[in-house]
Amino acid sequence: MSWDFDNDRPIYSQIIEHIKGCIVSGEYAAGEKLPAVRELAFEAGVNPNTMQRAFAELETEGLVHANRTSGRFITEDIGMINDLKNEIAGKAVTEFMYNMKNIGFSKDEVIELINKCDNMEGDGKDE
Amino acid sequence: MECRGLWKSYGAFPALRNINLELRRGRIIGLLGPNGSGKTTLIKLANGLLTPSAGEIRINDIAVGVETRKIVSYLPDCVCLPDWMRISELVTFYKDFYEDFSEDKANEMLANLHLDKNQRFKTLSKGNKEKVQLILVMSRKAQLYLLDEPMGGVDPATRDYILNTIISNYSPDAAVVISTHLISDVENVLDEVVFINQGDIVLHDSVDNIRGEKGKSVDALFREVFRC
Repeated sequence: MSWDFDNDRPIYSQIIEHIKGCIVSGEYAAGEKLPAVRELAFEAGVNPNTMQRAFAELETEGLVHANRTSGRFITEDIGMINDLKNEIAGKAVTEFMYNMKNIGFSKDEVIELINKCDNMEGDGKDE
Repeated sequence: MECRGLWKSYGAFPALRNINLELRRGRIIGLLGPNGSGKTTLIKLANGLLTPSAGEIRINDIAVGVETRKIVSYLPDCVCLPDWMRISELVTFYKDFYEDFSEDKANEMLANLHLDKNQRFKTLSKGNKEKVQLILVMSRKAQLYLLDEPMGGVDPATRDYILNTIISNYSPDAAVVISTHLISDVENVLDEVVFINQGDIVLHDSVDNIRGEKGKSVDALFREVFRC
């Protein structure tokens, strides 16, 4: 995943979302060692303090744990990763339903539409 | 860097009015304001090129002077190196001048930007002159970097290189002050911003706070605060 930031929200919170996305998608496997803060900051084009702050919050949430001598690791708690996956999916569905409601679709109509859509296995970029 | 009750007047014109400001090490700070707001004056005071009309400015708790120049690396807003020198001679020049200058670092950056060390400074384009100057400034291991318009005359790809250089040189022991108009370019690397207008500090806050509380980018806030 590449790093892309919105202009109107704090960058550290967008980094948190990005890393959560990487954990859920498996790009960062459970228990995997994370690159150094400085390295990731360089890659993302952000200030190392900002990256540090994002990691500090991820540590507080328990998704990442730091080992004093050997670096930072993704949690090995699969249950926690699954909870995170459900949380992100829930948010995506809520946002999707909100948008569909705005253009006049009821829940049943949306479900019907989803069932009709045979392109669900694509990568979402099917134009 | 700490300013207390700092004033600077040019004749009867006050360029800076009662500035109180504290900048800490380990931070990257944007000094932002419209033309003529006092950015360059503040930077020159911090570097000892100007003396205050009133108040004081200290770096590392030492009044600005010979001692602070050892720990302050300054990029002026104009190209002002001896232009008859070759790039390689300029590197030696800086090495002679500053104890904290790393020749290896300078040579590495010059190579990355495909600058030929045998070229004389005056034969370089405006943008390449600016690149050489910035490389020399960033090759020092200073405690305070004062960069006055570091990206004014360079192309967007080089801007990215400059920002990456600032990120990769980041040190918790050093503060980096960047004065610029190109806010959207630097916004992602800044910890905090200082808005300065007509010699006054009108805002000093972290970028996270501005985005979090106002829901807009520093660039958008700047346009709002300084609407003409």
